[in-house]
Amino acid sequence: MTILLVALGLLVAGGAAALLCRRSHRAANLIGAGSAAAACALGLVPAVTGLVGGGARLESAWSVPGGSLALAIDPLSAFFLVPLFGLCGLAAVYGAGYLSAAPGGRSPGPPWFHFSWLVAGMVVVVTARNAVLFLVAWEVMSLASYFLVTRDDEREDVREAGWTYLVATHFGNACLIALFALLGPRSLDFADFGPASHAGLLFVLALIGFGTKAGFMPLHVWLPEAHPAAPSHVSAVMSGVMIKMGIYGLLRTLTWLGPPPLWWGGLLIAAGAASGVVAVMFALAQRDLKRVLAYSSVENTSIIALGLGVGLVGLHAGTPGVAVLGLAGALLHVWTHALGKGLLFLGAGAVLHATGTRDLDRLGGLARRMPLTSATFLVGAAAIAGLPPLSGFFSEFLILYGAVQHAGLHSLAAMVALALMSGLAAAVFVRAFGGAFLGVARDDGVRGAHDPGAAMRVPMAILAPALLALGLSTPVLLPALAPVVEQIGGLPARRELDAATAPLAVVVLGSTIFLALVALIAGLRRSLLAGRTVGAAATWDCGYAHPAPRMQYTASSFAQPLTALFGPVLRTRLTGDAPRGLFPAAAAFATRTPDVVREAALRPLFDLVSGALHAMHRLQHGRLHLYVISIALTLVVLLLWRLS
Amino acid sequence: MSGYAGLLAALVLAPLLPGVINRTKSFFAGRRGPPLLQPYFDLAKLLRKGAVYSTTTTWLFRAGPVVGLAAMLVAAALAPFGGVSAPLAFAGDFLFFAGLLGVARFATMLAALDTGSSFEGMGASREAQFAALAEPAFLLGLTAVAWKTGGLSLSGMLGANSFATWSGAAAPLALVCVSLLVVFLAENARIPVDDPNTHLELTMIHEVMVLDHGGPDLALIQYAAALKLWVLGSLVVGIALPVRSLAHGWAFAASVAGMLGLCVIVGVVESCLARLRLTRVPQLLLGAGVLSLLALFIGLK
Repeated sequence: MTILLVALGLLVAGGAAALLCRRSHRAANLIGAGSAAAACALGLVPAVTGLVGGGARLESAWSVPGGSLALAIDPLSAFFLVPLFGLCGLAAVYGAGYLSAAPGGRSPGPPWFHFSWLVAGMVVVVTARNAVLFLVAWEVMSLASYFLVTRDDEREDVREAGWTYLVATHFGNACLIALFALLGPRSLDFADFGPASHAGLLFVLALIGFGTKAGFMPLHVWLPEAHPAAPSHVSAVMSGVMIKMGIYGLLRTLTWLGPPPLWWGGLLIAAGAASGVVAVMFALAQRDLKRVLAYSSVENTSIIALGLGVGLVGLHAGTPGVAVLGLAGALLHVWTHALGKGLLFLGAGAVLHATGTRDLDRLGGLARRMPLTSATFLVGAAAIAGLPPLSGFFSEFLILYGAVQHAGLHSLAAMVALALMSGLAAAVFVRAFGGAFLGVARDDGVRGAHDPGAAMRVPMAILAPALLALGLSTPVLLPALAPVVEQIGGLPARRELDAATAPLAVVVLGSTIFLALVALIAGLRRSLLAGRTVGAAATWDCGYAHPAPRMQYTASSFAQPLTALFGPVLRTRLTGDAPRGLFPAAAAFATRTPDVVREAALRPLFDLVSGALHAMHRLQHGRLHLYVISIALTLVVLLLWRLS
Repeated sequence: MSGYAGLLAALVLAPLLPGVINRTKSFFAGRRGPPLLQPYFDLAKLLRKGAVYSTTTTWLFRAGPVVGLAAMLVAAALAPFGGVSAPLAFAGDFLFFAGLLGVARFATMLAALDTGSSFEGMGASREAQFAALAEPAFLLGLTAVAWKTGGLSLSGMLGANSFATWSGAAAPLALVCVSLLVVFLAENARIPVDDPNTHLELTMIHEVMVLDHGGPDLALIQYAAALKLWVLGSLVVGIALPVRSLAHGWAFAASVAGMLGLCVIVGVVESCLARLRLTRVPQLLLGAGVLSLLALFIGLK
């Protein structure tokens, strides 16, 4: 616990020091990144010991009503702390390179301050054992990330993104305050929360409140706006771990609410299925690389929701095998997505840094110019697309394997959704990787691109092998998750997890054979070609002599058959001038796919609210003496009411 | 032990299948057609050649065929044949099987995009679309068989498949057979989804993705495609023919005969049907998915 407190202190102090160091940008950058990375390395120690069984607790009285200042590390907390510290530490190292090269000569002090506070806020969220402390940390986390999202606030789209994020996150917070108020009328300490009479209402409040942070559709609207706007290492942290705080909150709430009725699992599966399938469709239709990744994050939290849903359904049905597999798959996917999406956002940052654009239809051919970025991005893409032998396959395997063993409508819905999502996710990532890294550059600005400096390269080079290692070590890792699963499900999980390691071990064996065969066939191919003529020529183009880069199939064209198929959901807008006449002068064509929830539901709703509230505008007349009078009058009325 | 016989049969006999399909099509067209062993001759010839690579391509282009073949080889070790368990059988192996098909497809599509050719981009785009729609039909169909037979592995499912299973659950199993047959045709780029004999790049799917590969690379691709035809076909045959009721040698012979019969059916389909318009293919695949779902609903208690 002491080490955790030291890490927290280092984060808070280091962030403040970076903020105060206004003179030298270099020093601010070094202090901010160094303290954050060091704190995360320190924090990994209690996190890992907590996961293997060494819990810790700190409790002291404070003057805030409703309980004590309580922090603790139990298996569930430790499970979330490990990727939190791991990814944030790597993101800090990456950020040192990213922010030092930022144009405009702005001080990196404020972003480091907000970054450190964001990490500290998340650490306290995961370890807090008191509702007030939890909510304060939650707010620190939300505000710090808000300031990071709006760093480039001279751009209108960034201001809009920040505003959307602020509104969405406080909508979620309102539900959370209601949740905790209902949970603990007597005490706000987590230890005193227990099965309540209105558990259903509490579950829905938690699903909405935490689901807003986790990005379940239709509460996801902030996510595709905020993630692209933030600096890339912050996007990685937000997508990799911050949205997982919503999952953590949901899991923590489940430990208080008692045995789940069937409809909780059903609701999670319905929400996960709808949200995941629609999100992956939107990911296909985006041109902005970071927006693709943001929608894919919505899809992946939906996979976690599906796993949880299968787990809850299994709990209700009294089939511990299904319950444990669903929960373990969901948990494993938390780690997979933290590492994988963290890596992908770092890669997208390197692309943005090198080319100045995130538009997939302008990029291309980067695999030659950025070998390390492209190789690591490919690993991340394959992992998030759920391909063996990377870890994404193993988490989806566990969820599907659990669902197959439960012959019922709920598990059937989960399977349909997962099967559809995995095929579409593969299309999303082939398109994203192909658009950015393969073929030839489509734009002049892309031609001079190169891999970034060492500070940005090292975190990517660590995360990519980690995804393979996490996948291949799943059979070993899985039994270690037993305490976490037991805490959530309230059932002994060790035996079921041990049973599940047997098929996973064969998957690992098969994957190893696969990797060995790849090496073997590659060697065979090389020896066959040795000593023969190996020529070089232009790509086959039906005899056309001068293929130009702009004639390549773009990412938009790649997705067109699918986006056309899903047209009724996506509502892609086409604009442009078709060529006219025998000698057309100029022609243009553009597509845009704005978020359907934002455009069709929320914008009209907010217009309505703002119209209704317009009447209140008359009170904001700016005459100070009238304000003072109204305050005084209110006070007098309250006084009279209290006295009577 | 005999599980390895099935694997060996897959490795040796797989290239025979395209030969049988081609002979059937020649018969319908009134031609003599290429020899049955022509695919083996093609492979031998390609393996002796050099190669030409596009200047646009990177290591990914060269990795595509290698990864594709490795994935298919592992998948072949998962697919049971002749009524006995596969060498690598385990509970939930059909998910790994689908994953391996996904890896092979992923590698092929990336290799296609690596050339920067619009044609290959089109092929990859179509492949991505059809595979995404075929995957649910495939997984749900196998889940239906799992629920019917109580087996969680491919070997368990097909091993438990007997005349008794068929007489007890003929409707769902028949539905799954049809659904998997559609998936089999789509995944192997056969009519009515894709025409392997088309000569216009614009209309191809699988063939256009490998336009720029030649020599040993093309040999790897063709061998992997033959293996894919074999492993997916063996699942269809395994469900349609409940060979467990027969003695071992007979079961093996019946399964080989079933594979050849399946190829004749493919040849007949290709001789009698035209390829569907590309915009119609999703409907066919969704239809297959619906059949699988229907089989599952019949299985629900």
